[in-house]
Amino acid sequence: MRGSTKLALLLGWLGYGLLPWYLLERVSFSSFGWLAGYPFGRAGSALALALSGQAPWLLPVGLAFALATLGLFRRDETAVARLLMLAGAAGMALFFAQGFAIGLKGQGMPWLAALLGGAGASQPGMGAGAFLAILSLLLLFCHGLAYRGYCKGDLFTTSAIGVIVLLIGLFIFFPVATILESALIDQNGAFALSAFTSRFFDSSIWGLGCITANTNCGVAWNTLLLAVLCGVITTLLGLACALLILRTGMPGKRVMRALTVLPIITPPFVIGLALILLFGRSGLLSNVLYEWFDVPRSRWIYGLPGVLLAQVLAFAPIAFLVLIGVVQGISPSLEEASQTLGAKRWQTFRTVTWPLLRPGIANAFLLGFVESMADFGNPLVLGGNYEVLSTKIFFAVVGASHNQGQAAVLAIVLLGFTLGAFWVQQRWLGDKSYTTVTGKGDSGLPTPLPRRVSWLAGLVILPWVALTFVIYLVILIGGFVKSMGRDYTPTLEHYRTGFSIDWSRGLFFDGAAWDSFFTTIKVAAISAPLTALIGLITAYLLTRQRFAGRGALEFATMLSFAIPGTVIGVAYILAFNVPPIEITGTGLILVIAFVFRNMPVGVRSGIAGLSQIDKSLDEASTTLRARSFTTLWRVVLPLLKPAIVSALVYSFVRSMTAVSAVIFLVSAEYNLATAYIVGRVEAGEFGLAIAYSSVLIVVMALGIGLIQLGVGERKLGRRKLIALSGSAAQPIAQGAAS
Amino acid sequence: MTKAGPASVEFRNVSMRYGSVTAVDNVSFAIEAGRLVTLLGPSGCGKTTTLRMIAGLEIASEGQILIAGRDVTRLSAADRDVSMVFQSYALFPHMSVLENAAYGPTVKGLGKEAAREMAMAKLALVGLKGFEKRYPSELSGGQQQRVAVARALVLEPQVLLFDEPLSNLDAKLRRRVREEIRELQQDLNLTVAYVTHDQEEALAVSDRIIVMSNARIAQEGAPRELYEQPANAFVADFIGDANLIDVAITRVTDGRADVALGPLTVSLPARGLSVGPARIAIRPESLLIGPAADAAGLPGTIRKCAYLGNHLDIMVTTAVGELFVIQYGSREMLPEGSPVSLSFAGSGVTLIPPV
Ligand SMILES: Nc1ncnc2c1ncn2[C@@H]1O[C@H](COP(=O)(O)OP(=O)(O)O)[C@@H](O)[C@H]1O
Ligand SMILES: [Mg+2]
Repeated sequence: MRGSTKLALLLGWLGYGLLPWYLLERVSFSSFGWLAGYPFGRAGSALALALSGQAPWLLPVGLAFALATLGLFRRDETAVARLLMLAGAAGMALFFAQGFAIGLKGQGMPWLAALLGGAGASQPGMGAGAFLAILSLLLLFCHGLAYRGYCKGDLFTTSAIGVIVLLIGLFIFFPVATILESALIDQNGAFALSAFTSRFFDSSIWGLGCITANTNCGVAWNTLLLAVLCGVITTLLGLACALLILRTGMPGKRVMRALTVLPIITPPFVIGLALILLFGRSGLLSNVLYEWFDVPRSRWIYGLPGVLLAQVLAFAPIAFLVLIGVVQGISPSLEEASQTLGAKRWQTFRTVTWPLLRPGIANAFLLGFVESMADFGNPLVLGGNYEVLSTKIFFAVVGASHNQGQAAVLAIVLLGFTLGAFWVQQRWLGDKSYTTVTGKGDSGLPTPLPRRVSWLAGLVILPWVALTFVIYLVILIGGFVKSMGRDYTPTLEHYRTGFSIDWSRGLFFDGAAWDSFFTTIKVAAISAPLTALIGLITAYLLTRQRFAGRGALEFATMLSFAIPGTVIGVAYILAFNVPPIEITGTGLILVIAFVFRNMPVGVRSGIAGLSQIDKSLDEASTTLRARSFTTLWRVVLPLLKPAIVSALVYSFVRSMTAVSAVIFLVSAEYNLATAYIVGRVEAGEFGLAIAYSSVLIVVMALGIGLIQLGVGERKLGRRKLIALSGSAAQPIAQGAAS
Repeated sequence: MTKAGPASVEFRNVSMRYGSVTAVDNVSFAIEAGRLVTLLGPSGCGKTTTLRMIAGLEIASEGQILIAGRDVTRLSAADRDVSMVFQSYALFPHMSVLENAAYGPTVKGLGKEAAREMAMAKLALVGLKGFEKRYPSELSGGQQQRVAVARALVLEPQVLLFDEPLSNLDAKLRRRVREEIRELQQDLNLTVAYVTHDQEEALAVSDRIIVMSNARIAQEGAPRELYEQPANAFVADFIGDANLIDVAITRVTDGRADVALGPLTVSLPARGLSVGPARIAIRPESLLIGPAADAAGLPGTIRKCAYLGNHLDIMVTTAVGELFVIQYGSREMLPEGSPVSLSFAGSGVTLIPPV
């Protein structure tokens, strides 16, 4: 056995024999009441609990460790390999069997519990000891595989694959499977297909009342209509903007770039909020229109128009980022070739430029579509009577009815839509992207746009840019006036409510927003590096290692991108509210949710970065006796800095702005900024909400700056390489292009 | 650190398959310790794959690989005492020349100072003293290549591998660097496997050459052996030029064969062939042009004659087909259509098996 295998084994014994097996609530290091009865009792170790007969079903797991320990006394590597694989596989199977079989009273799988000697018993959620134990069993199994020669016998590679697969299984597939399961059982917990079908085909989901009668249409159609409109409009805006910037001498390119970054560091519903302040019944512009032109005040902004407007403003920059990449990718020499063959400008555009653009356009459309489907904040703030799936799911869970089964069914419909879009994208576009960037210096001037196209594009984006500008103005001043639309007296009141600091008794953060603010920063700061780490390791495995099931792993990571946050939120509360993994209400679940929501982007930016690093560099390192971990650390990571920045920035920003997933997961103890703001909006405290949002935007801008400083530039020789991620927005585009 | 010294390499029935593509097909050979052996062949014949299997960068699908008599077939690259100089050099762009060269000992945990010393020694050996602080992007192609060699040498590997090390250099430099590599190999007594598609380069540097064609070994031998005794048409044609002519062996006695070549009968070493169809490979410089009156020769007429400085390229039409002839030294140009008679030099005419 090699040293690291011994270490894994030691970890296992530590987790099994010493640490508290179950999750402890309220662990404190000043009073040790929770330790009462150790090593037995609530904080007992698995070994003690199993041997004392309190939890005999934990005994077989211990036997697996004992079996693996026998490997210490064997010289023959193949024998050790067999032993480790057996112990690891059997141990993991037993571990999960007892975890899922024995849970709270009356839950779990009674027949399996009886088999494991725990009939009628109950146990709480797993804790630190169990975590170490399963990690150790997994590592032992993977090391066994490596000893057998898998992945060229590299311990790090097999272990990394094992860990990633386990994590994805536990935190993506298990929760989604739980949704499916809870959609199939009725209120009493019995399996009932009929309950599912009646819920699924309910007219509140699929009804066509808005066409046939004068009632509302089903929520599925509402969502679909909104998403299609949002996809079309954002794509057109993005395209117009990309063409104008790259293909005309239009001034203001820098301003455009800045304007595209802003919405990305803006929590999504803030746009909706600003729209209310502008166009609501007592909104700024509504007032102006009423007083000057006698346009009656109305509630038009609440409903489809408002939500659509907010989503377009929020997501068009993403379409722009995708499309600017595509337009840049069209090699000018192709267009020049067309011109030298006698084509006029318009003909060239129609026959060469447009066909090359088409896949990118489809991509941007699908992206707008999926983002709109997944959006939760704007429909919540602006939806009015216009219900969409994400808000309906939310109210099914937190509303009076508290109907988890219905939430699960709605989540399945939503998941169906986004996975459908994802499937179309993979199927239809998968190999149809005509990237013409060769990496070789490609001289030649891009053909200017035909005049009528420029005019059209300009006409389209001008109102957009103007509106974006006004909205940020509102966000900026909204926090500093008493009440937008009613009373414009300058005041710091909102900031004081949220962020006042009391110095009288030392440093005391007594503002209302501080708690959620600190939690947000903490969670974002913890989850961002984890996301980057897991994402980049996965990318490394996917691009640089060959192993069975690589394609499946890649598909799984990308699939998780297509799961809307709302679905993840519901899935997590359904899956992690009960043992064996009982972590709802903790800060941990927030971190986990963010890590697995954002991981696909980490993977994408990692893959993009790695594909620019010649594989022979890794191989050179390997032939110089470096193991794959050393290679990763010394050669790949330093060259991957831009991708690291991308992944960090993206996950940091997303963790600060996400609403949809975490609104289900926050608790009184662990509240997040966005959830707090949404609460303020619902309570009508717009001033505080706006003020808090501005603070978030500033903090994110600072955070991005810090990350870029901290990771530093990639240094290749004396000359500075132009960083791959030109702007903070880049990772979004990269994620988007997935 | 005790130096392991050069080691032998042996392939036993090794194959490498990528899905349906067979990149290396049932190949066996041995490289003696301290020798420079070249893998030579056209692009795509499996040379790089073979080299990568020695390095451990690819794990063979079948067969056995031995280094210093030890079975390393399933051992990863990091566990083999083998270094490689990559075609692209694969210098780490974010490390200086010194850091690149010291990489091996550093990751081996030999300590900073020791690693530095070892790296400096090898950099001096390849003539790069004073360049330690530069980054790869600040070096010329030839200098980069030396850094790659120094880096590969630092751990004093049992086997050193070169994958087309000269392909990124200009023609003049290529000659010099290949001499340097050869000298280095002989001075340090290294086992070297060297991949190239350039037959001249292979002839110039190798102790032995393994000619590969379509994932298999076409022939293996010393440079001279390959040139003078090609085993088949592929080798005859790939190493140097050859006129390949279908002939018939009429009689074999005492290891010599009588071969009917147009109107002539020539006696050549039979090389194990028996009566029946065969082919002969004639080196262009082994055909001598004489006056048409010479009745013992093969009659023909000049079709083309080109002046190439130190030699003439001549095409002669004969009864057995068009033959390519090279005449060295300053000779008169031969007018098109003039009748000549061709005779054979003592060497450079070889019997090879029929297709
Ligand atoms: N990773 C790979 N996947 C599939 N085919 C490969 C791979 N590497 C090499 N090949 C194929 O194997 C054959 C031999 O390749 P290689 O050893 O690189 O040839 P060369 O002699 O030019 O170095 C080629 O046909 C090549 O296409
Ligand atoms: Mg090659």
